[in-house]
Amino acid sequence: MLLIKNGRVIDPSSGIDDYLDILVDQGTIVEVGRGGEKGKGDEVTQIIDAREKVVVPGLIDMHVHLREPGHEYKETIKTGCQAAASGGFTSIACMPNTNPVNDNQSVTEYILDKAKREGCVNVFPIGAITKGLQGKLLTEMGELSRAGVLAVSDDGKSVRNSELMRRGMEYAKNFNLLVICHCEDLDLVADGVMNEGFTSTRLGLKRIPNAAEEVIVARDILLGELTGCRVHIAHVSTEGSVRIIREAKSRGVKVTAETAPHYFSLSEETLESFDTNLKVNPPLRSARDVEAIKEGLKDGTLSVIATDHAPHSSLEKDVEFDYASSGIVGLETALPLSLQLVKEKVLSLPELLSKFTVNPAKILGISKGTLNPGSDADITIIDVSLQKKVDVNQFKSKSRNSPFHGWKLEGEALYTIIKGKVIKGIDGLVV
Amino acid sequence: MPLQSKDLLTIEQLSVDEINLILDTADSMKEISTRDIKKVPTLRGKTIINLFYEPSTRTRTSFEIAGKRLSADVVNISTSSSSVVKGETLKDTGRNLQAMNPDLVVIRHSVAGAPKILADSLSASIINAGDGAHEHPTQALLDAFTIREKKGSIKGLKVAIIGDIAHSRVARSNIHALNKLGAEVVIYGPFTMIPPFIERMGVKVARSMDEAIKDMDVIMMLRIQMERQSRFLFPSLREYSIFFGLNLDRLKDAKEDVLIMHPGPINRGVEISPEVADGPYALILEQVTNGVAVRMALLYLLIGK
Repeated sequence: MLLIKNGRVIDPSSGIDDYLDILVDQGTIVEVGRGGEKGKGDEVTQIIDAREKVVVPGLIDMHVHLREPGHEYKETIKTGCQAAASGGFTSIACMPNTNPVNDNQSVTEYILDKAKREGCVNVFPIGAITKGLQGKLLTEMGELSRAGVLAVSDDGKSVRNSELMRRGMEYAKNFNLLVICHCEDLDLVADGVMNEGFTSTRLGLKRIPNAAEEVIVARDILLGELTGCRVHIAHVSTEGSVRIIREAKSRGVKVTAETAPHYFSLSEETLESFDTNLKVNPPLRSARDVEAIKEGLKDGTLSVIATDHAPHSSLEKDVEFDYASSGIVGLETALPLSLQLVKEKVLSLPELLSKFTVNPAKILGISKGTLNPGSDADITIIDVSLQKKVDVNQFKSKSRNSPFHGWKLEGEALYTIIKGKVIKGIDGLVV
Repeated sequence: MPLQSKDLLTIEQLSVDEINLILDTADSMKEISTRDIKKVPTLRGKTIINLFYEPSTRTRTSFEIAGKRLSADVVNISTSSSSVVKGETLKDTGRNLQAMNPDLVVIRHSVAGAPKILADSLSASIINAGDGAHEHPTQALLDAFTIREKKGSIKGLKVAIIGDIAHSRVARSNIHALNKLGAEVVIYGPFTMIPPFIERMGVKVARSMDEAIKDMDVIMMLRIQMERQSRFLFPSLREYSIFFGLNLDRLKDAKEDVLIMHPGPINRGVEISPEVADGPYALILEQVTNGVAVRMALLYLLIGK
């Protein structure tokens, strides 16, 4: 038995925020209460003293690119999982834009098999909406679902054809699949590489207007309404998207939405360095959008923080800005960047944690993100005030494409525990 | 006072004093090109590489002549394909060039910010000869030199820049240079070609072509690129020339001593009519002449000491 003592236990799924002990047996949480070791003294084999630490359900990241199969030089299931565990995540959902694309059951099975053998965290594969992400034909969602897929997405691009998107949503309902929408009007984006604003005007970089995201957010919400499908909007970055989602939610539409830490931590002005690590899709927006994202997190319009962890090697990033691939690695910086929102009083700590635990668990429909007795003992123990300088060379991820290198941040996951097993402890990763 | 940086990447980075230093130095360089023997030994033993990833006749030749008149060894590398297509990264190309110990590399590239990649990784001086729609600092310097030569000073002048502002590095560099030197800058063009928040760069957006012409001391016309038509930026060259082109009829409302400029190459009959391009106030060829002097000045200031 594992006993986690003296910590401040925060479990947004049950509203707990108290100094409690947690008792774990055979990978399952058996008790959350005071004096948990009483009467079981003999059976406790391992004790973690969580004094002055915060003990929470294992964090969930529902938007990760693991790059395997196909782009193993950027990330593998093994290294991606290690990066996740290092950042405090116990469950991750991985996007289908691998090579081959996760658009059929054999790729799903491959990912799940690899994850089981080499991955140290729970991996939930997301399938494609269209075959090869080509936007032409629907995938075999039934078989994908049977193989273990919980959601479908053409993440990386939007399904351009609105009728196809509609049919995808309708068909996904048969298998109770969540549809995750990457919202980007490819015509409006054209060859844009950064946000449209004063900075793009100054730098002469080709621009992407907010409307390129918002018209598809609006379309996909309307299609969600039309079809009754559960729709989740990925990586929301603009004020207008927040407004559209808020309005839909107020009418009871079954829509949820996420944002990523870089959309509330960085704005477009930083691009004057021409640092390709700042190139991301959707692009870093204006300071006004950043404020709107925080407002959306605060009022619950954005109920999930997901990293959109997108590893790229120097081959994709150490080139001219226009030629660089978009993406930021996020698993190992998400927690401290997000804790900044607590410091800024945008969110309370339990509110923030709900966006990493119970909310994504409910959206994905997985029995994670809770400390309720009987659940899997996926637990993260956080030191919220530990100061650390981000050093990309210390990342467990295979890739280094983070614009946060050198940032001084507060907060770190000290322990990542999965099914009662300590994956990351005070001496670092044990896998 | 020397220049602060080893590189010239943008006008935005330059102080007013630095701009004036370059223009003053160009003043004394200009005479060299009028001599019978157009060569001085100033940069003897120095190596300059022209690295052009975009086609260019005027700018590349201008840099080459500038270098040769100062006795530098000038090497030209022109590649129509991008570094990516070629299979070698810009950084690797830069490192290979550095390994041959050049003193200065002039780069033109279709991607904004590309010269900065070289500047950050090479110890040689870098001059930006145009990067995407970002900046073209030597063009703005030769334009400022030309205006100053004609008007004595730039302070207080009204300058219009007309055309495709959004895609123009010449416009951006000129806006910075003219602002720094105290001119009032007005821009005009189809709204498809006016980028957002351009006012924050310190310009006024004219509401009509008439407004952009009237009271101006200088009118700069920008080249319209044919391929923009397919990107829905204007319906036809014919319509463009009617509403956004400069012709003698339009010039009737202009100041009598207005100066007409164009960075070239001109599209006769599109943004500028032949009568205007060849007319008495057009400075288009003087701009080219002054380009050599300004580039000589820069080469001297960056690697001459």
